[in-house]
Amino acid sequence: MAGFLARRLLNYLVLVAVASSLAYMLAAGALDPRSNYADRTPKPPPAVVDAQLTALNLNDKTPLIQRYATWAAGVLHGDFGRTVTGTSVNEDLARRAGVTFRLVLLGLICGSLVGVLVGAYAAVKQYGLFDRLSTGMSFLVLAIPVVVLATMLILVGTWLNENVFGAKVFLVSGEYSDGLDTGFWGGVLDRLQHLILPTVSLSLGLIATFSRYQRNMMLDVLGADFIRTAVAKGLSRRRALTRHALRTALIPVVTYFAFTFGTLLTGATFTEKIFGWHGLGEQLINSIFTNDVNTVAAIAFLAAIAVLAASLAADMLHAALDPRVRTA
Amino acid sequence: MTAGEPVLEVRDLHVTFGDVRAVRGVSYAVRPGEVLGIVGESGSGKSVTSAAVMGLLPPSATVTGSVRLRGQELIGAPEKRLTALRGKTISMVFQDPLSALTPVYRVGDQIAEAVRIHQKVTKEQAMVRAVELLDLVGIPNPGQRALGFPHEFSGGMRQRAVIAMAIANDPDVIICDEPTTALDVTIQAQVLEVLKTAQRETGAAIVMITHDLGVVAGFADRVLVMYAGRPVEVGAVDDIYYRMRMPYTVGLLGSIPRVDRGGRQPLVPIEGAPPSPAALPPGCPFEPRCPMAVEECSVAEPALLEVGPGHEAACIRWADVGVRPPGRHAAQAAAAVRGGRGAQEVVLRVDGLVKQYPLMKGSLFKRRVGTVHAVAGISFDIRQGETLGLVGESGCGKTTTLMEILELVKPQDGRIVVLGQDTARLAAGDRMAIRRDMQVVFQDPLASLDPRMTVHDILAEPLRTHRRGDTGSRVRELLRLVGLDESHAARYPQDFSGGQRQRIGIARALALEPKLVVLDEPVSALDVSIQAGVINLLDALKSRLGLSYLFVAHDLAVVRYIADRVAVMYLGRIAEIGQVDTVYDGPMHPYTQALLSAIPLPDPERERTRRRILLDGDLPSPADPPSGCRFRTRCPKFRTLAANERSRCVESEPEVRALAQDHGVACHYAEKLEVVQNHEESHP
Ligand code: SF4
Ligand code: SF4
Repeated sequence: MAGFLARRLLNYLVLVAVASSLAYMLAAGALDPRSNYADRTPKPPPAVVDAQLTALNLNDKTPLIQRYATWAAGVLHGDFGRTVTGTSVNEDLARRAGVTFRLVLLGLICGSLVGVLVGAYAAVKQYGLFDRLSTGMSFLVLAIPVVVLATMLILVGTWLNENVFGAKVFLVSGEYSDGLDTGFWGGVLDRLQHLILPTVSLSLGLIATFSRYQRNMMLDVLGADFIRTAVAKGLSRRRALTRHALRTALIPVVTYFAFTFGTLLTGATFTEKIFGWHGLGEQLINSIFTNDVNTVAAIAFLAAIAVLAASLAADMLHAALDPRVRTA
Repeated sequence: MTAGEPVLEVRDLHVTFGDVRAVRGVSYAVRPGEVLGIVGESGSGKSVTSAAVMGLLPPSATVTGSVRLRGQELIGAPEKRLTALRGKTISMVFQDPLSALTPVYRVGDQIAEAVRIHQKVTKEQAMVRAVELLDLVGIPNPGQRALGFPHEFSGGMRQRAVIAMAIANDPDVIICDEPTTALDVTIQAQVLEVLKTAQRETGAAIVMITHDLGVVAGFADRVLVMYAGRPVEVGAVDDIYYRMRMPYTVGLLGSIPRVDRGGRQPLVPIEGAPPSPAALPPGCPFEPRCPMAVEECSVAEPALLEVGPGHEAACIRWADVGVRPPGRHAAQAAAAVRGGRGAQEVVLRVDGLVKQYPLMKGSLFKRRVGTVHAVAGISFDIRQGETLGLVGESGCGKTTTLMEILELVKPQDGRIVVLGQDTARLAAGDRMAIRRDMQVVFQDPLASLDPRMTVHDILAEPLRTHRRGDTGSRVRELLRLVGLDESHAARYPQDFSGGQRQRIGIARALALEPKLVVLDEPVSALDVSIQAGVINLLDALKSRLGLSYLFVAHDLAVVRYIADRVAVMYLGRIAEIGQVDTVYDGPMHPYTQALLSAIPLPDPERERTRRRILLDGDLPSPADPPSGCRFRTRCPKFRTLAANERSRCVESEPEVRALAQDHGVACHYAEKLEVVQNHEESHP
């Protein structure tokens, strides 16, 4: 078992290295930090620009492979270099990564859990009201772009604030309120209030896909002979379903979990933008506009690491759920 | 034997799905310790009946009638009461052991769960009981195996575990639904033995549902024959097999191929196919197929009538039903030319054929961790007009052999010569010509026929590819040849029954007038009554068209009917090869002996008195075959040998050597042993 995971980890690390190197090459080749200096007034002398770019390891006169070597050596020491303005990439991204991963992780956990439950229940009550309703809702959610969905959530949220609660329960902009002075718990509450709507907007899509997937898996398992065996030995239908069917039907869904993670990161970019969160997604777009090669490469690297972590988690869950994998 | 009150009493049970009446009035009773066999073909309603008794039918089924278990009515009982009875008073063993256990839990835990549902015991006590039960059903090393997961168990072992689960709470009734159908014969013999032990231990009544009249002959006390959702004959086992009073029973028994019947006698198939439960004929449901039908038969459905003590039959002409009347559909006996080998031309020669697969592991970086020796050097030949039966249990390499022959390329080792051409030296054109002269018929008739093509198109396709003129008349001729109506040409495969589809498959194979036909389990997906017709057809075609067959099958009884010579395979090697009657009447390899003795005969008296050689354990992995003789780990003969004799089996692999004219055996200590007496000799 440990050997299996170690081998997997090794595979993933190789993939991460390849993916982030490619991302760096692409960013360094396509972005042009020199142009940032072109429309400055007064125009700095070329020698100064060159010196500046070289200091930031962004000089396109240095061969790409050499810049890559410098960058890679830095990354191996945990240093992602400097942004175009000369500040540390590490510091900037550390804060933003926290913001984004908080959102994505919560969204993923809520989305997959609720999705699995909805799907399983829909399968058990196949063609019942709940099944039809959840099917209809899933397709609706999947058909609406994230941008529209998030905007709709904001509208619903503010409407509820005004007409139902009479207070600001859902906060729709930023990750926390500036200048709040309510102590530690007040701060936590405030952050939670900010977190609800973005999480919901991120989860909805996941719930829709996961519930579809889980429903199909569950339907496959419900007709399986081992469920009949479980009932024949005296388990009630409910216990047979929860103990034997759900557990088995979860296995393929877990594999799906890892795949979703990557798409979720992109989905989060929109959500961040709309809810005014200063996360990685926002920064990625900004840094492309400012030709900030090092930041782009660092975000790509973080995304690769995140997908790696998700895949590893999926592998571990898979192995925990399925004995056939463990012995293989 | 059958004293006391019935433990399970089913009366006038009906099951309908929508408008389809799947079960139409089944009644039976079983007493403690009694074994009732319920026999029927697919669609006869036998499995639905048992699911209804257990209350395991989906909600879409409507069940009426009465099922009393120890006097308690089950039909309409609240789910809670049923849950309390299931697994405790009445339990069930299902057909497919591969899927009957939850894949994610340990086998021991699953058995312990059955114990804990109904008994107030601790987890540990339940586990101890589970290990005891595994021991009882003959699982070696039960303490350790209990911790294993289902995928680590072979099919036979899983079925034992399922039986252990079924007897965990000392039930009064065990329902077995085709418990051995998915298993190989030698494993089937083991599992039946386990069921007998289980019954002895629990004193339970057993309801044994099967399509195989052989399985119940030696096991059941009474037999109920079902047809079209109803019992058509019920009686003591000897009444059903020797004094049957219903033409359907007669037909069934007449159509089963038996290993103990030598000589080429055609089987007596039952014409047509069982009626669909949605469209039953008005009178006796068997009337369209019955050779004894008279006009009154189609007036009303005959009721079950008492025809003898404890013997009932649903036939108005029961008094006239003799023992096996000559069926009006009997095929003309084809006088087969036997013997006189040698003179004929060789159409297929396989010489030292080897096929190995690498055993891979890992997902991204694959590593080779071993080699599966699927076929490890086998040789045989087939001459013009001859049929060679290639038999063996799953994993013996017979299918790999067939695939290697069909590929027409140079094998990894050895030689394949088809119609005089060595496959290692074939040009593309030659290959095309051989493909025309060597055709194949597969097991599953529906999967091998394109559902979007009419029968005409299916048959015309090979004619067009190989540019034969006038397809229309050839298609009509082919249909006539396989016993189908010319008007069938415009229909689609799904409009036909299984037997008819297989006839279409055969017609397609014959379209280009091949010399050699390779048959891969051609009848094993068919019901017995239909299977017989296809076997007869194949036999008749062979002598009419001068074909040669390579007939790959797991069913030795079928092979005895169709083959001239037989090769028995075990773990990638040929154990015994020779003329059919020689091998069946005097098998010399211990494996052939065990295999033949494991096949149940549809003959209760002989089943009771017969000597059965039970093999231990399962087939070893073909990735790691035993040294020397591959059969030695399970060989009953090996165990009787002295130590110095044994070393020969361990050290050197026996080659096939000729011990008589056309009889080769791969065993160092081969000797003749009669395990199936010839039917005609002892039963006049
Ligand atoms: S009732 Fe008539 S059709 Fe039915 S089995 Fe008897 S003889 Fe045949
Ligand atoms: S060679 Fe030995 S082990 Fe093999 S079948 Fe013969 S007696 Fe048995």
